[in-house]
Parts: sequence; C-alpha cells; structure tokens
Amino acid sequence: MKSHWIIAAALSAGIALPASAQDKVKLINVVELSGAGATAGTNFKNGIDLAVAEINAKGGLLGKQIEIIHYDTQTNPGNTRAAVQRAIDEGTYAVLGPVFSGPIGASMQIAQRAEIAQIVGGEAAGLTKQGNQYLFRTSLSQAAAMPKIAKYLKDTVKAGSVAVVWVNNDFGKGGRDAIIPELEKAGIKVAADVSTEQGQADFSADAIKIKNANADAVFVYLNEEESARFLRAAKQQGVNKPMVGETTLLGAKVIELAGEAANGAKGHVGLSIDAPIPAFQEFGKKFQAKYNYASDHNGMKGYMGVYMIKWATEKQKKFDKKGLADTLRGATIKPSEEPGILMETTIEKNGDLDRESFLAEVKDGKQVITATLPKINP
Amino acid sequence: MTAPATKGSAGLRTTPARAPTLGGFADGTLITLALGAVILWFAPSGMGRYGTYVLSLWLVMAIAVMGLNLTLGYAGLKSLAQAAFMGIGAYITALLTTKTGISWYAAFAISGIATFAVGLLLGFPALRVKAHYLAFVTLAFSTLVWLVMRNEQWLTGGVFGLSNIPRPSLFGFKLDGALAFHRFVVVVTFLLAVLLWWMIRSPWGRAFTALRENPIRAASLGIDTRMYTLLAFAIGSAYAGFAGALYAPLVEFIDPSPFSLSQSFFLLLMVVAGGAGYLLGPFIGALLGVVLPEWLRFAGSLYLIIFAAIVMLLLIACPQGMSGLIERGWAWITGKNKAGGGR
Amino acid sequence: MDPGAPLRCGRDDASRSNATLNEPSENTAMAEFIAYLIAGVATGAIYALAAIGFTLVWQTSQTINFAQGEFVMLPAVLVLLAIKLFGAPIWLAAIIGIAAFILIFGVGFKIAVVDPMIRHGVLPLAIATMALSIIMKEGAKDGFSAEAQNFPSFVPTDTLSIFGAAISLQHLAIIAVAFAVIGALQWFVGGTRLGRQMQATAQNPTVARILGIPVERMVLLTFVINAALAVVASVLISPIYLAKFSNGEVIGLFAFIAAIVGGFNQVRGALVGGLIVGIVDSLAAGYFSSQYKLAVPLVLLIIIILLKPEGLMGRREERRV
Repeated sequence: MKSHWIIAAALSAGIALPASAQDKVKLINVVELSGAGATAGTNFKNGIDLAVAEINAKGGLLGKQIEIIHYDTQTNPGNTRAAVQRAIDEGTYAVLGPVFSGPIGASMQIAQRAEIAQIVGGEAAGLTKQGNQYLFRTSLSQAAAMPKIAKYLKDTVKAGSVAVVWVNNDFGKGGRDAIIPELEKAGIKVAADVSTEQGQADFSADAIKIKNANADAVFVYLNEEESARFLRAAKQQGVNKPMVGETTLLGAKVIELAGEAANGAKGHVGLSIDAPIPAFQEFGKKFQAKYNYASDHNGMKGYMGVYMIKWATEKQKKFDKKGLADTLRGATIKPSEEPGILMETTIEKNGDLDRESFLAEVKDGKQVITATLPKINP
Repeated sequence: MTAPATKGSAGLRTTPARAPTLGGFADGTLITLALGAVILWFAPSGMGRYGTYVLSLWLVMAIAVMGLNLTLGYAGLKSLAQAAFMGIGAYITALLTTKTGISWYAAFAISGIATFAVGLLLGFPALRVKAHYLAFVTLAFSTLVWLVMRNEQWLTGGVFGLSNIPRPSLFGFKLDGALAFHRFVVVVTFLLAVLLWWMIRSPWGRAFTALRENPIRAASLGIDTRMYTLLAFAIGSAYAGFAGALYAPLVEFIDPSPFSLSQSFFLLLMVVAGGAGYLLGPFIGALLGVVLPEWLRFAGSLYLIIFAAIVMLLLIACPQGMSGLIERGWAWITGKNKAGGGR
Repeated sequence: MDPGAPLRCGRDDASRSNATLNEPSENTAMAEFIAYLIAGVATGAIYALAAIGFTLVWQTSQTINFAQGEFVMLPAVLVLLAIKLFGAPIWLAAIIGIAAFILIFGVGFKIAVVDPMIRHGVLPLAIATMALSIIMKEGAKDGFSAEAQNFPSFVPTDTLSIFGAAISLQHLAIIAVAFAVIGALQWFVGGTRLGRQMQATAQNPTVARILGIPVERMVLLTFVINAALAVVASVLISPIYLAKFSNGEVIGLFAFIAAIVGGFNQVRGALVGGLIVGIVDSLAAGYFSSQYKLAVPLVLLIIIILLKPEGLMGRREERRV
C-alpha cells in the first residue's frame, strides 16, 4: 500500500507546477487572510487589488498587465515562510505583505536572500533594525509615531499621568514598549499599564481598572474593533478622561462601531481617509465604492505599496527585482510624479518611511484633523 | 480504531478486527517507511525551495502527529497540548542554539527529555483521577504555556519571537540549504518512525495495544494500566518536543502562534483524519493538514473551506480517517479478505 | 498587586488612584469590587448561555461540539446578511436568519453530521465539528465580512448605577435571560411530559426506547433547542461584542471551560460554571497581572478537575455508551 506516497507525489507535483509565463508581471501578496490577522490582512489585500485594477486599467506597468495573487498565511510564521518561498519560486517581481510582525520576522530573510523587495504593512520598531536591505514599510514605524504622541499628551492634552491600555500582540506590545520610555522622557507618569487580549470581546473589567487609575488621560493602543469595544465599555463605566490614541483609535471603522462613545477621542494619525488631503479622500471614496465599506489604514498601506512598486519600476524602466529594491532605498516619492503614492514619502536606507502625519479628534461622529505634523527630516 | 479509543474504556468495537493483522503486516509498514524515506530523499529535485520546504514541514508535523497518535490512537488518551509540547521543544532548541551555542543535537535531546519529563509531571496527577480528564488538564496547560511564551519577553522574545535560529551541521557539513536540511529531516523522521514502530512491536507496545483493545481484560491480566498510559503520554509528548526541535531550525523563526491551543486541536484533527491507531496514519494526517491546504491554494480565498469540508466529509464517510478508508478500499479490492491494507 | 506592571505608580494627589495601595475609603474599594463582580456576572451569563449548549448536546448524544462558539457567532451574521442581500427590514431579516440557522445547524447538523458518526465514538465527531467550525468561520468571513459589524440592540443601551458601579441594561438583560432560559429548561425537563421523555433519553436511551419514547425525535429536539439557545445568545451579545466571524473562538473556549467547571452533565452546572468563570475572569483582570489574567480561570479549572473531576454541579457518570 504505497498509495499515499503516490498521492504525496501527485500533490507535490501539483505544487511544483510552474505557473505559465505570459506577457504579465506577477506580483504576489502574502498576507493574513485567516487567523488573528484576518481583518488587517483583508484590508491590505483590498487596497492592493484596488491599486492593481487602476494600474491595469491605465495600460499596466511598462505596458504589462499586473497579475496579482494573494496567498494566505493563516497568521502563522511557518505558513508565511512557505508562502513567501512559494512567491519567490514562482518568480514574483516583489513580495507584498505580510502585515503582522511575527510573520514578517519569519519570512524577511527569505526575500533578503533572494534579493527581492518585500513591502510590508508591519509597524513594529524592531523590523527595520536588523540591517535587511530588502524590507520596506508602507507606514510610519512606531518608533517614529510615539514621540509625536508623547509630545501631544504633554503639550496639548497637558496630562501629568496617563493610563496605557494596549493589545497584547506584536502591534500593541510594540507600541506600548515604544510609548512608555517617551512618556517617561516627557515627565508623564504611567498610572496604569493594562494589557488586553487580541480579539477580546468584553472590556468592562479593563475599563473599571482604567477608571480607578484616575489618570489625566488614557492612551489606547488597540486594533480597530477592540478600540470600539473599549470606548463603549469606558463610556458605560463613566470614564470621562480624554482618550488619546493612534490611527487605530480614530479611524472611520471605530467611529462607526463605537458610535457616540468615539466622540472626543483624539491623537495622532499616520494614514487616514479623513485627512485633509484630496488624494486620501479620493482613495477613501474609491475603496468604499468597490468594497462597500470604509478602508482602514491597512487598506491604504496596501494601495500605496503597489504604487511604490510602480514608481520604482517606471524609474528604473525595467523589471529588475534587485534594481527595484535599490531604486526604492533612499528614494523620495512625490505625488506630482506618482499620484498613487497619495502624499510625499521618503524611504530611508533601512526601509523606514518618513512622511507628514496629522493630529486629529473625533467630533460629532467625524474625524477632524486639527494639525498637520511635518516630516521628521524635511 | 477510534471507537474504543475515544471512550477511554469499555468501548464497543464497531469496525472489523484489525489486531491479528498487526504482526503480519508490521514488516510491510517498515518497508513502506524505508521506501518512503528513499522517495522523499530524492523527491525535492526539481520542486524548488517552496516544495522542498513544504515537504520538510509535512515531515516535522508528522513527527508531532506520530507522538499524538501514540497517546491517542494507541493509549486512548486525549491530549490537547501537543502543540504546546512542540513549542517547549522549539523554544528550548532555539534558545540553546542561539544563546548558548550548544550543538543542535544536544538541544534536540534536551528538548525530548524536557518534554518527556513535563509529560510525566502533567500526566501523573491527571491520570490519577481519570484518563478522561487529561484532556481538560492539557487544555489548561496548553494555554498556560502559550501565555508564558508570549509574556516572558526577556526569555522567549514574546510576541516578537526569536529569529535567526541556526540549522545544524552533520560531520562538518553545513545543512543550511533547503535540500540538505530536507534530507536531514527525512533521516530524523525515518529514525523516529522506526523507533515508534519498534516500541509498538515490543512487549511493552503489545501490552499497550492490549490495553486499548480491552482495558478491563488488560487490567485483569496484571498490566499496570496507569503506568502504561502515563508512559505513552510522556513519550507522545517527547515526540512533540522532537518535532519542535526540528521546527525551529526549519522555519528559522519562532513565535507563540504555532503553539497555541488551536494548533493542538489541529494536530488532533490530523491524527483522526489520518487514522488514529495506524502507524502510517500520522503521515497521511499531516499530509492532509499541511500539504493539502497548500495544494488547495489554487482555489483562492475558499481554500480553507474546501479543506475543512474535505476533512468533514472524510470523517462522515469513514470515521477511521484516511487509513480506515484505504483499508476499507483495499479489503474491497481484494475481495473482502481482511488483509488490513498497507498497514 | 500587579506584578506585570512595574511601571504603575499612583498619582500622589489622586485619592482613588489605586484602591488597595493608597489609603482609600472602604467605600471606594468596595464599589470597585462590586463593579468587577457585576461585570463578571454579565460576562459569565454569556458564557453560561453558550455552555448550556455543550451540556445539552453532551447529555443526549455524548458529543462535544467544538463549533459551539461559531454557533453563537453565526446567527447575528446571518441576520445581517439577510439585511444586506435582500434589503429586508430588521424583523424579517431576523426571522429569515434565525430560521435558516435553526434549520441548518439544529436539524441539518444532527442529520448530516451527528447521525452518521455517533456510533463511532466521541472523537471523530468532535473532530468533524472542528472542521465545521472552520467552515462556519471562513464562510462568515468570505460570505459576509472580515470586519466587525454593528448589530442592533433590542434593549436600550442606558446604564444604571448600582452601589456606585455602572451596569448597562444590556448586561442586565443578558443576566435575566440566562437565568430565565435555564429556569425554563429545568421546568421543561422536570415538569413536562416531553421534557421528561427527553431526560429519560439522555439518561438511558436503551431503556427509553423500551419504554416507547421516540428516542430519535428526542435527540433531534435537543439539537433544535441547542440551536435556538445559540440564537438567543447571539442576539443578546452581538450588540456588545459586535458581529464578527472570529467571535466564536473566545466564546467557545470560555463556554467549554465553564461547562467543565460546572459539570458537563448538568444544565444548571453550565450556569454555575459560566458565572464562576466570568467572575474569576473579571476579578483577575482587575486585581491580577493583566498579561496573565487568562491563566486564572485555567488554574481554577485544573484545581477543580483534580478535586472534583465531575465538575462542581456534575454527578458521577456510571453509564457507559
């Protein structure tokens, strides 16, 4: 009875089957479409699909249509590695994704070894500190965002003490580890340090704990849905201190889900469809029209990631994989050259981004931008 | 053979007897294993790094499933911590090889010994109560281990994981390449499978099988039920430790997610879908669990639904899993002689 | 009191910054405790509602349904889907969604999944329900949305103040319904002919069959009741937890723990187990390292298993299948 070996051989043959090469350029997106990262990953995927559809409608990339393929990682490092390896074996021009830092950590060496650019949605500070020349972000790193928030808490909110509530995954822990030293530097006391679970449904106990910490402000660093649930629970428990956060607290999704409880939330926003930049709002409308819901920042990351590739390809005027990474490294992409980038973006040598960002507040169920912060190295 | 196993005790046999075939076909099993190892040694040629990696991942998972098969399929114990044990092995190996520079072989042995010991410690009080409750204790244990992996960042890297885990070398040969490491995995898997095959054929293993077939009779024959089941659980856990020790250098990165409770459930799924209590079942189960979803990727976003539907339909059609189905098919082809297929 | 948070430092001028570290008034500490307790009872009632399903299905068919959490997740999604697809008004959507759910996952589940496998023991069936849970979760994600959605509340979202602790009417409604459902079930099982037949079937199907009880129909009835309970839980909690494909994971796990703690073979065990797990969970989040708060109910679980393996309310099972 060797039939299962035969099955194995047959299956392996199926895997090994090379995709037929056509007059197309292949882009593979390896992203969290199931498991803990499914929501973020699905937004990232939709943003990519939107950008690819636009580019293809306008004649493609250097005259070639983009063929986009999405591979699910199940938010599991082992599977991510397999999928990134597959993407490279299948000759992807660049790797897009993933979004979560763990899966990025598991796969970035592979793209590096193959000398292929990997354009990720991760925000954890550590990713770009490993000297990987082929890793590129699509958003500000937490190391760049947190000093801005600390400054905001000190100067604008005038908080002497802050309660920090964060989600215990790589995103939340990374943010928490980045903000606390900044708060200390700014002379702000940390009145409570509350860890919550990914996908947590009930925030009553955490809201009570925050209430009793009685800090001047609450720094909320959760994913969108958890932010909404927390805001509701906090309102219910009568927490009336300013809620300060990042993009994931002030997004359209949070406002939709939390309703009135979102009013008064404020903070720093990297990417937002509500920013006072026509290109952003235009993107927001196109996304809404195509998918029938509002994009979060991950949708914008995916969209911009594709346009980063487009810009660099047109700049180098060929489909050279290594050249793509070389072109991107250290580049500054202006919307006047490539409207799809949405706003001027500088890619630093280590793959970090430098961009303008915003201070925003939720008023009457709408995100209102109160100030625009300049690039760190203008 | 899951019917007796599931109830822990006094199950009614509802499938054709298989026990008599065990001795006769054991050598067939060994031949299949050896043949499989040879095929897998050469299989990756022309498959690319991805195909090679998936084959390696399949074998590594198969080791963990083999261990769980011993626990569940032979001893009838439900463990919901196999992925946690795999995690213990993976973290021990990763930490020892990256931070202390100990060779992979020593780390591999330590991973196995540590998981064996933890298995004993965990199984002893649980089995003292009743075999049934091992499932609940391991469920709690599994989550506790995951919490430690996630929270103790100073040791485990927390949610950010541990990266740059080195691959071993053999007689001075570096096994860094995908193919070289794959062949290394093939050899280790083969050795562990043969070891298990030998254990099950040994007097100890026979006692064990007797235990599964009829616990009351086994007890009346003077077999110390508790000792045997405890050992089976500990050895099964050690296999998870071995699998973890291979997983870490294979992926070269670990974080807590592959060792969560849901992954333990998934390993259980692989045992049952492959055929609990069949020696080759784990390979089929891991094939279903690891390779099938990869192969189904052409179906796009629906691939996980298709995968789950296949598993569900398989179990509805044949609760003994793939091995049972193959056995049944074989019996049908050979005119109902209960040869027991390729077991 | 919070080893996981070394950075915590109470503000000097805040009298209530930390109820146990500073010299708080008794009232503040008490109000805080009551607040955690009430929040825990509300969460616990949700776990209890989901856990009843585990115990019901276990009693009549010795089956563990690992898709139980998804059973609670799906009805709300189906209702929203009916609104999205047919543009149906909420009441009609609710009827369509709920009827579809009970038909598929009450009757259909029993006939298509449970019946063919029940003879082969618990495990293959339990694994099949795991596969089912993947199908339900992925189906809800692909067929509906990967995003959380608002779900309309049938109860006002106001809050009451009890001993200085806030509690929402939604939570109160959940608690009330959980108790009412369990009361009704107890009455049904003990006080009606149909219920007694169901109970007899659960206790000994062979004898029940001899007594002329339509065993098959009784088992089917439990599955329908299970699906209906999942609907109730879904409608109650989705306004708070939001409707999302992945919600079942957490609910399923905690309901499972609650069922073990309370005792798998007693419906009121599910209530006791659910409340204990909910309260312990809430107090752990309040007074214990928040990174390890998940550990507390699990350690409790281990202790209970070692001391009273059949669960707090469970009876020892002598029957063998």
